[in-house]
Amino acid sequence: MTEEIIIAGFGGQGVLSMGKILAYSGVMQNKEVSWMPSYGPEMRGGTANVTVIISDERISSPILHEYDTAIILNQQSLDKFEHSVKTGGLLIYDPNGITRLPERTDINIYSIEAAEMAGKLGLSRVFNMIVLGGFLKLKPIVDMEYIHKGLEKSLPARHHVMIPENEKAIETGKTLITPVLVLS
Amino acid sequence: MKELRLMKGNEAFAEAVIRAGADGYFGYPITPQSEVMEYLMAQKTHERTGMVTLQAESEIAAINMVYGGAGCGKRVLTSSSSPGMSLKQEGISYIAGAELPCLLLNVVRGGPGLGTIQPSQSDYFQSTKGGGHGDYRLIVLAPSSVQEMADFAGLGFELAFKYRNPVLVLSDGAIGQMMEKVELDVQQPRFTDEEIRKNTPWATIGKTPDRDHNIITSLDLESIKMEQHNQKLQEKYRLIEENEVRYEKIGCEDAEYAFVAYGTSARICQKAIELARAEGIKVGLMRPITLFPFPKKILNDMTSRVKGILCVEMSAGQMIEDVKLAVEGRIKVEHFGRYGGIVHSPSEIVEALKKQIIGG
Repeated sequence: MTEEIIIAGFGGQGVLSMGKILAYSGVMQNKEVSWMPSYGPEMRGGTANVTVIISDERISSPILHEYDTAIILNQQSLDKFEHSVKTGGLLIYDPNGITRLPERTDINIYSIEAAEMAGKLGLSRVFNMIVLGGFLKLKPIVDMEYIHKGLEKSLPARHHVMIPENEKAIETGKTLITPVLVLS
Repeated sequence: MKELRLMKGNEAFAEAVIRAGADGYFGYPITPQSEVMEYLMAQKTHERTGMVTLQAESEIAAINMVYGGAGCGKRVLTSSSSPGMSLKQEGISYIAGAELPCLLLNVVRGGPGLGTIQPSQSDYFQSTKGGGHGDYRLIVLAPSSVQEMADFAGLGFELAFKYRNPVLVLSDGAIGQMMEKVELDVQQPRFTDEEIRKNTPWATIGKTPDRDHNIITSLDLESIKMEQHNQKLQEKYRLIEENEVRYEKIGCEDAEYAFVAYGTSARICQKAIELARAEGIKVGLMRPITLFPFPKKILNDMTSRVKGILCVEMSAGQMIEDVKLAVEGRIKVEHFGRYGGIVHSPSEIVEALKKQIIGG
């Protein structure tokens, strides 16, 4: 099993930390992982993306130009990465962040109303965990017990009180993921 | 027992230097390597092991603090990225001339000038052919994973003291910024004053009645003495070339073609090998781990089996000059690489192999 993922959105949406929690969970489940961020002028409001690879084998290149899964949280990222999803791959987007729907017909497409739900719950800081839940529902590449351990490792100890809130957000995300186009 | 963590390359290097028993870090921040000093500061190294972590007023100050610390037999280091390393070259030349051990890290970004903050491999010439003035060489280690960023900290100090020579870890923005699993060595104690007196009798830590003054300098106005000093340096570099060549060969057993690449490019080439082999192209990778000493002999030996070499670097073509010297014109050698902060894709590398080597 090798899963090559790009997570892309605005800085401040928790793109990098979502990738880090996923990667650390992979480490806890004894998988090979890499986490390669875009770095530089990105900041709150700018674009940010991270490539996460989780595999049962040694990872060759941490830098990729096509992906099994793209998790897209804003329009710029959709424009940039829609065409980088492998044929038959998966694209997940939050409709709240985009103005033009994906156009590909050779990939599986799902939407998740994560921003809206995070707003309803009054928990905007776990928006990224709702999205992660949606992804894990479709591709359970890491078991939930290891996600728990990944959260423990990724979050500083003073934030460990928020782990249950994060796990609840992941479970919520699993119920929110909605098919848009599913290849037969 | 070894400890497993998920870390950035820069952080892994910083943690590894603490564990290697470093005495002092002197640096000045620059993207994409600022996490090295940030991590050391956050660790409060002065409390943890007694190690000094100091933000100098400039790169030039930092390298000269390293010069001073090294002269006292201490395990000292500095890190920077390309424009900052350029500023440090004068000091590095002095340290090499005075035959002092130290550890240097360059997390390379695109140049020339201030260039860009994105990854590049365009400092190969500076790293392996001098950089500063005079006939000197650095031992240059090229990590291609976060694990090697950690491993080469300890190895770097070991080689530096073995040969009384600066060791440079030549990384790049991608390896510095990415996170991978890393196994960390256990904490080594820092040298005690007694150990320094015993292991580094040349150190300027105060004269004792049983010996003459120790003098550390790179200056000698008598040319004949300076020539002799240079000859001694050259003998040392030949010894390093004999003993310290390191490399890794991947998929070369049945290979008809080979990539030669180090660092991030070597990782991307491994993906390119997967893609090319899926198309039936038998290609392997020779990855130099030491860029000086360069694995010349192994490359020369490969010419009896492979038909052509594609040298892949994130530069306009620098290491290719050493590859061509090693191959002695026996087989075709071509360069491929994106640069200025752009990282090539695995499929671009496969296309270049087909066009420039197989079809060319």
